[in-house]
Amino acid sequence: MSVIKPITGDQAAAEAMRQIDPDVVAAYPITPQTEIVMNFAQFVADGKVQTEMIHVESEHSAMSACVGASASGARTMTATSANGLALMWEIVYIAASTRLPIVMPVVNRALSAPINIHCDHSDTMGARDSGWIQIYCENNQEVYENIIMAVRIAEHKDILLPVMVCQDGFITSHAVEGVKIYDDRKVKEFIGEYNPKHPLLDIDHPVTYGPLDLQDYYFEHKRQQSEAIKNSLKAIPEVFAEFKKHFGADYDFIETYKLADADVAIVAMSSTAGTTKAVIDELRDQGKKVGLLKPRIFRPFPKEKIVAALSKLKAVAILDRSESFSDQGGPLFTEIRSALLDEAKKPLTVNYIYGLGGRDINMKQIKSVYADLEKIVKDKEAKNLVNYLGVR
Amino acid sequence: MSGKKGWKEIPIGGLIDKAGSASEYKTGDWRTFKPVVNKEKCINCLQCWMFCPDSCIVVKDKKMEGFDYEHCKGCGICASICPVKCIKMEKE
Repeated sequence: MSVIKPITGDQAAAEAMRQIDPDVVAAYPITPQTEIVMNFAQFVADGKVQTEMIHVESEHSAMSACVGASASGARTMTATSANGLALMWEIVYIAASTRLPIVMPVVNRALSAPINIHCDHSDTMGARDSGWIQIYCENNQEVYENIIMAVRIAEHKDILLPVMVCQDGFITSHAVEGVKIYDDRKVKEFIGEYNPKHPLLDIDHPVTYGPLDLQDYYFEHKRQQSEAIKNSLKAIPEVFAEFKKHFGADYDFIETYKLADADVAIVAMSSTAGTTKAVIDELRDQGKKVGLLKPRIFRPFPKEKIVAALSKLKAVAILDRSESFSDQGGPLFTEIRSALLDEAKKPLTVNYIYGLGGRDINMKQIKSVYADLEKIVKDKEAKNLVNYLGVR
Repeated sequence: MSGKKGWKEIPIGGLIDKAGSASEYKTGDWRTFKPVVNKEKCINCLQCWMFCPDSCIVVKDKKMEGFDYEHCKGCGICASICPVKCIKMEKE
């Protein structure tokens, strides 16, 4: 039987980890680590899980230990945030390239400097080319459910890639919401046993992980990674469908809100999507045809779904909570704009970089974006490609 | 690159699913200098065999026989360690 618990995003992540009961969790125990690991460590101390918990001396070591554990055949998890992810960098790539299905909740927070501990997406957006699957969560319920699904996605035989499950620092990670927690047994039934094909500890079938791979084969292995990401577009819906069958919750690569008959829309990920929905409700009451597209999964990039949802609109504002310093907009913007490029009928697109370092994004600001979109439709052009929302 | 396998034919992630296959990786062509032994001077002390980092000293019946040139990278440790200086490094 499921119960609704008033918990934070961090606690929701820890709760999912408790039910998953991974074989190994290797994590750095102090800041920039979050309460996910603190809460999970409590479960370990209380004997609620069988997990071997390894406290390491840095995030670089955390991911290194995860790589070793996962290669040995253990279902492996860790968690991190901000500069912790940055310190992992080298091994983040190695985890994906070695095709190890590690699941890592990430609390999205700004990268220093100047020193800042609050929400933006610069940490995981920096890792977008690392080969990990990236899921972004709007609220605590999604955090919980996406982490459970992430195990199945990572371990899927046609994927075998690590997965980051991202939530907004403080906004989601520290806010208490009612989260529907499913029965432990049902969650365990859903994720099933992990049966790795080539565990390093299977001494009867010895294998080598991570060998030298020079001009002769490295490229082929990268090509395989591209294929795995492509395959994941087909394989992830199987996990969605099974999740729905088990728990009733309906997931897709994207979520739309009042988009079907909209003229203009905002594209936003994570918690900002929730704020945008509230604005849409107000503007709809005034008769304005406004909508939202929320990409839930950024890697693999769900191009077809995004194009199908946006191409009929008149104008779209894409909101990025990170800066790429390309002067061509944030990562979400450049990818969506590129995806729309070949469409015969496509909306005018405009980018807003917002919320860096935890700067509040409020309803008034989002309303101003919809007002801008109205003007763009009227003028038939977007005068500024890249805009900074909420900066002084 | 002819004769090499395509991306669909190899294990994923760089995994090597066969044990003890390192000897199939011929590193001899990395060499700039190759060791050459003067067997008349050699006292078969086998210090070269002990020190060679690539197990490239061929020994038969407790006697130094020569080098495994398919794997010797030409580092010169054998020539350096030889107490009677019977190994010379010659340019390939």
